[in-house]
Amino acid sequence: MVTKVMSANQAIAEAVKLANPEVIPVYPITPQTTISEYLAKYVADGDLDSEYIMVESEHSAISASLGASGTGVRVFTATSSQGLALMHEISFAAAGLRLPVVMADANRALSAPLSIWNDQQDSISERDAGWIQIYAEDGQEALDSILMAYRISEDKNVLLPSMVCIDGFILTHTVDPVNIPAKEDVNKFLPKYKPDHAYLDTKKPMSIGTFTDPSYYMDARYDMELAMERSQEIIAKAHTEFSEIFGRDYDFVEKYRSEDADVIIVAMGSICSTIKDVVDELRDAGEKVGLVRVRVFRPFPKTQIYEALKGASKIGVIDKNVCFSIGGVLATEIRSNTGLDVSGFIVGLGGRDIKPSDIKEIMEKTKNPTKQTQWIGLKKEEH
Amino acid sequence: MVSIGAGVKEPGSTRQNKTGSWRTFKPTLDKETCIKCVNCYMFCPEGCINKDYDIDYDFCKGCGICEVECPVKAIKMERE
Repeated sequence: MVTKVMSANQAIAEAVKLANPEVIPVYPITPQTTISEYLAKYVADGDLDSEYIMVESEHSAISASLGASGTGVRVFTATSSQGLALMHEISFAAAGLRLPVVMADANRALSAPLSIWNDQQDSISERDAGWIQIYAEDGQEALDSILMAYRISEDKNVLLPSMVCIDGFILTHTVDPVNIPAKEDVNKFLPKYKPDHAYLDTKKPMSIGTFTDPSYYMDARYDMELAMERSQEIIAKAHTEFSEIFGRDYDFVEKYRSEDADVIIVAMGSICSTIKDVVDELRDAGEKVGLVRVRVFRPFPKTQIYEALKGASKIGVIDKNVCFSIGGVLATEIRSNTGLDVSGFIVGLGGRDIKPSDIKEIMEKTKNPTKQTQWIGLKKEEH
Repeated sequence: MVSIGAGVKEPGSTRQNKTGSWRTFKPTLDKETCIKCVNCYMFCPEGCINKDYDIDYDFCKGCGICEVECPVKAIKMERE
């Protein structure tokens, strides 16, 4: 066990080194690139015994991941934005074939206009693909979430791929202290992947990815729904055992000074660190405000979110994505799954900076709710 | 109950899916006219004609290539 100062991208690469996947097909894309670079270096230096496949696109990266995972081995890939969009077709296939691929997504805006900067539209747009999605707040959580993602995805009761999402540049290219767990502890937490549903064995041949007529397809998709529901229990168990072995606690949602709060802000990812500072400041001034950070977005933790929010009189939900003519996806899903009234806010698209003053503005607006989704941080003179 | 990920662990199970039910036009071979040139056997994309010139109607989809390729017009496609 050692603590080093590093970016979330390096923290993810360290986690991958500890999880030791047999195959890593990856294609570089800003701001994910350093993940693929670190992994290439580890493999080249002999620090990581994996087959590193230099593919020609993200479509190939996820296709090779699917193929490798279908032979029954542990696989890692990583991407961002346009790369994830290019993976869209095979993302659905990987989940449908129930292959526990783990992928890191460096959250970045989708074109057009072309942007390399952060928002969460890319992974949010993949929400129906059948992947588990975890949004990390910092580098430590990014590392820990990769280890937990393998544990969850490879569980026989789940067998769905996982995506660990980290905010582009804000996490991928800034550094903070990250504790790297000892290999023996990781081995205890994450045993070798031994599948009996998809493997390559000439003595026991099988086919995956076959054509299905209407008498099979719908049941296969329903099984995915059941697996996603079952994953809640497996994720909870992974959180408990992770805490026992590594001493760090995680949950579906993080409640930050929200227990007795009148006003609660809900958000995902790195923005929550800014919100925590604002909550502290306003608490010092006597305001009963709090934050609920949604960490696991798929499966959608509706019960945990409801329990965390039900005591508040006013709730504001911050989205770094937009579903046009609907609003932010997190706000919409919280409304429809908890029945609570929430105000929706769109912020930070394409890397628009989100300052503490923006969070304060959101808190003020949450106190006077409107049905209309509000965009915060627009250049006012132009609208 | 579908297997996890709809994987298939029984080799050759595609044979259970009798694609002959897709057929609209059915080929019939007049063995009197047939000159045993092997054209239909060679061209059938589904391998549904054997070397005795028997047509396997369980899997023949009725594409009609055999009728086109037969040099003596021994094969006729007829609506089923």
